[in-house]
Amino acid sequence: MIQLANICKNYQIYQKKQGVLQAFQSLIHREYKIINALDDITFNINEGEIIGYIGPNGAGKSTTIKIMSGILVPDSGTCNILGFTPWKQRKEYVRHIGVVFGQRSQLWWDVPVLDSYYLLKDIYKVPLKQFKTNLDLLTTKLDLGDILNTPVRQLSLGQKMRCEIAAALLHDPKILFLDEPTIGLDAISKLKVRKFIKEINHEKKLTIILTTHDMNDIEALAKRIILIGKGKILLDGSLPELRQKFTAHKIITICYLTKKDCPIPYKIIAETENKVKLAIDVTKNSISEVINKLSNCYDICDISVDTRSIEEIIVDLYKEYQI
Amino acid sequence: MITYLSLFKMRLTQGLQYRVAAFAGILTQFFWGFMYIMIYQAFYQSTNTIQPISLHQLITTVWLQQSLLALIMLWFRNNEIIKLITKGDIAYELCRPVDLYGIWFSRLAAQRLSSALLRFFPILLIAYFLPYPYNFSLPNNFVTFILFLITLVLGLFIVISLSMLIYISMFYTLSGVGSILIFGVIGEFLAGLTIPIPLMPKTLIIITYLLPFRYTSDLPFRIYAGNIAYKEAIISIFVQIFWIITLYIIGKLWLKKALNKVVIQGG
Repeated sequence: MIQLANICKNYQIYQKKQGVLQAFQSLIHREYKIINALDDITFNINEGEIIGYIGPNGAGKSTTIKIMSGILVPDSGTCNILGFTPWKQRKEYVRHIGVVFGQRSQLWWDVPVLDSYYLLKDIYKVPLKQFKTNLDLLTTKLDLGDILNTPVRQLSLGQKMRCEIAAALLHDPKILFLDEPTIGLDAISKLKVRKFIKEINHEKKLTIILTTHDMNDIEALAKRIILIGKGKILLDGSLPELRQKFTAHKIITICYLTKKDCPIPYKIIAETENKVKLAIDVTKNSISEVINKLSNCYDICDISVDTRSIEEIIVDLYKEYQI
Repeated sequence: MITYLSLFKMRLTQGLQYRVAAFAGILTQFFWGFMYIMIYQAFYQSTNTIQPISLHQLITTVWLQQSLLALIMLWFRNNEIIKLITKGDIAYELCRPVDLYGIWFSRLAAQRLSSALLRFFPILLIAYFLPYPYNFSLPNNFVTFILFLITLVLGLFIVISLSMLIYISMFYTLSGVGSILIFGVIGEFLAGLTIPIPLMPKTLIIITYLLPFRYTSDLPFRIYAGNIAYKEAIISIFVQIFWIITLYIIGKLWLKKALNKVVIQGG
């Protein structure tokens, strides 16, 4: 459904040195720096998938989204989405996609949300009946009933984001691009947005490409992750796969009252008074065996077994690839 | 077409909200109007030669200029489009299945019309009741009025096609002020809004007739005032159509080129 092959994109950045003299100098001679925003990006995405597209700031996430939505033209490479080349057949292509840029707004600032929706209806030439059905569905699911007649400038960030997402879905797109849809939202709004994305993906077989810095978003939504750093794809796989690869061990934390003098055959990560944190390789040891051994050595008062959080894994990954 | 119409409607209703701005605008326009009239009067009194345009005709064009300022001035700018380009919100515009030139054109047209609609009537009404020769008068006959309307509307198309070029240049300059200022000042002069074209030296008149600017304001206003004969008016309509087509083609091609290398500002 979506195929990207060998996409490259460079940006030319004008370097301006600090200072008045340097500013005059740059009137005559300008220095540019070439930034490889994307370097040989290749991946395929199937219908109905939710893809978590992650990477640190400046990794090239938004650039990829912009190329896939027909806004930017890459320097080289091919891209085939629904049979279109986005930047070449922009007008025909964008009819089939919905886009939400978390940091920008597609709603008209001064007028009620509903007015913007009707404008979008005319822009996408959505038949009135279909528009009404979609609007009703989105209103219920995203809980927009009370805010549709409010001017956008008076909405809270969470309300606005829900309206933005609805705006991107009024014309029944087949693919939805979400560029940081939960940026700046509080916990409740985030949950609402996540729940909605999950439902809409399930019900409409919508393909969703999501970029975010919130690993909980990824954990809740994405079955597949593509990790990008410095313009290169570093990892492409499912979340469990990623976990397995990087979390072959679990973290056991125990609180104890007394300690016997016996050797512990496991790696100790941290130890404070009456508390010890151990890393257990689950491929070599079974948990029950470990707990057995530990209870022989410690007089345990509390114990917890944790998988490493996805956030920690990502930090490790960033470190491993030095991005 | 319906897309452009509803965009147009949206912008028009938005523009009509700004009543205080319109009121302040009307006062300013009166100030400028009187100032021009005083200058022209002093000029006409100090000379005995017969000028190619009578003082009263000139005053009529001054009032038309002041009341329809929003339709004819190149410096009349649309901050939304400037922001789209310089801040990168153009990303959303490019995600729509519409022609960018078309949406911007209708936005600009709506903005100018909404602004002019709020202002022109009160100015002309008050100017109509001023004592002769300072007053604004009705056209000589109905044909003149129709010719005026046609050339005014076509002139608006020229103004907007010209401003489209200014906005497209911002993809390269990334500044909303520079392009508009330069275009604005040069355009204003060549449109006869600084010195009336009939009072210019011969060579300068020829230059202005060869460029598109005078067809936006000088032409319709002098037709209204009765300073341009029917035959010339009808020929000028064809010149206007020529300019609209030429500017449209240039704008379309240039925009296409600009979009190919567009950089979305701000991440």
